[in-house]
Amino acid sequence: MTDMLTLRGVQTHIGRYHILHGVDFAVPEGQTTMLLGRNGAGKTTTLRTIMGLSPPSAGDIVLDGASIARAATPDIAMRGVGYVPETMAVFSDLTVKENLVLAARSGPFDAARLEWIFGFFPPLKKFWLSRAGSLSGGQKQMLSIARAIVEPRRLLLIDEPTKGLAPAIVGALIDCFAEIKRAGATILLVEQNFRVAEAIGDTVAVMDNGRIVHRGAMADLSRDAALQERLLGLSLEAHQ
Amino acid sequence: MTDVPAGEALPKPPLDIVPLMLPVALALAVIPLIGSTSTWVTLTVASLAMGMMIFIMASGLTLVFGLMDVLNFGHGAFIAVGAYVATLILLPMAAWVQVDSLWLNLVAVAPAALLAMAVAGALGLVFERVLVRPVYGQHLKQILITMGGLIVAEQALYALWGPQIIPLPLPAALRGSYVIGDVAIAKYRLLAMLVGLVVFAGTMLVLNRTKIGLLIRAGVENREMVEALGYRIRRLFLGVFMAGSALAGLGGVMWGLYREQVHASIGNELMILVFIVVIIGGLGSVTGCFIGAILVAMVANYGGFLVPKLALVSDILLMVAILMWRPRGLYAVTNR
Repeated sequence: MTDMLTLRGVQTHIGRYHILHGVDFAVPEGQTTMLLGRNGAGKTTTLRTIMGLSPPSAGDIVLDGASIARAATPDIAMRGVGYVPETMAVFSDLTVKENLVLAARSGPFDAARLEWIFGFFPPLKKFWLSRAGSLSGGQKQMLSIARAIVEPRRLLLIDEPTKGLAPAIVGALIDCFAEIKRAGATILLVEQNFRVAEAIGDTVAVMDNGRIVHRGAMADLSRDAALQERLLGLSLEAHQ
Repeated sequence: MTDVPAGEALPKPPLDIVPLMLPVALALAVIPLIGSTSTWVTLTVASLAMGMMIFIMASGLTLVFGLMDVLNFGHGAFIAVGAYVATLILLPMAAWVQVDSLWLNLVAVAPAALLAMAVAGALGLVFERVLVRPVYGQHLKQILITMGGLIVAEQALYALWGPQIIPLPLPAALRGSYVIGDVAIAKYRLLAMLVGLVVFAGTMLVLNRTKIGLLIRAGVENREMVEALGYRIRRLFLGVFMAGSALAGLGGVMWGLYREQVHASIGNELMILVFIVVIIGGLGSVTGCFIGAILVAMVANYGGFLVPKLALVSDILLMVAILMWRPRGLYAVTNR
């Protein structure tokens, strides 16, 4: 299996702070890779660095065989990378429709694809002409994900999509990610909820202090409670 | 575009009409103080006309700040350059300007305004590329370098046109007033109001009905996300910067005709008013800028009539009062 995205020795500084200290991992094509780690480990910065929003100060990032470490964010997006930030970053002054109009870069909506998205996220259809700012937190997350998939993307970077959401919505998101993967996209997903990670992850990379401390199959980590405890500080009760 | 049948809409947030009512309330409140109705009408029309001209100059600046967090203290250069460029056409065509025919007047004024906008817009391009681009994200340097740009532009105007004040007579057909009863309304003020309303309507139309407008509004709220969707926000910003500069040039022509004279420090003098308007309105808000401009002009006109000594500080007092009430301006659109 080929790797779609590879990070080699990536270091990132934000202002005076050294956040990433040499991140190495790969995202295999067609799989869902989970990026796990404690708060402050550098997961969000890793996604922002890949997206060009916090450019790396050293190291290389290779997407489909070409380096994107020095590329500008719009160029990275145009190579087929969709980004769902932790903050969701929906444009609250714009309607649901207008948010998606901006995300549909190549022109008019594909009606079938829009219906496919509405299948996962019915509220987006219901509130099509409402301001995004008036949506609930879960609905904003749906819109943020819909914006990333309204056109087919090769790689999706998704940052903590289930944070603070009701369990019913988390279930819908898990189904959605599985379906996106079946449709051929590759996903790199930051997640704090280990249950969600177990449910959708194929491979996993665990971060600590700005470095990758573990790489492997999600199923292996899922079976090894001692490893989870060591890497993530999870007690057995936490995911009983 | 595929249309999705609209389901039930979420309740819209109530329209914040308090700022919209402020100019109306202010105008009504001063009636008993002014006493004479005809004086009140004259002052109100003067306020609206002056407000519209300031709005034209300030509208671009508010978007420039909202979109890219750029503090452009050099915006006044575009106002001054616009006014001077207009003299290049209006003075040689004095014969057409002084004929009492609206059409002949417009044949002279329209190309003058268009040329002023084109030159100011082109200067905006140079300004953005040479001065602003190297100092993105650095407020102190932005203030210093754009202020420097304003000084250079002002001195260049002195060098090219000389230090004297250039008279810019109002076209004959726009002189004088319409008299209704005992109320006289200056023709040029009506024109200024009309142009201001057209600019406001046009700007709102672009912002709300076009994809470029959606991008600008989205960029004002979160420019990183606009880039992450694949748009080059700097190119968009350059377009907004040039359009804003062109509008400042138009404002300069209108102000020059209003005052019937042009001098190199015209931009510098107006910058304080323009900045007050942008701050009062809420940085990045075109509607706020529109209301702010009317309020500033009303306070200047009513204040100048009622308490002339207060005129020097009235705009600052207005800004202090509004910011104490709403610290982020009338309509806050950015989180900055």
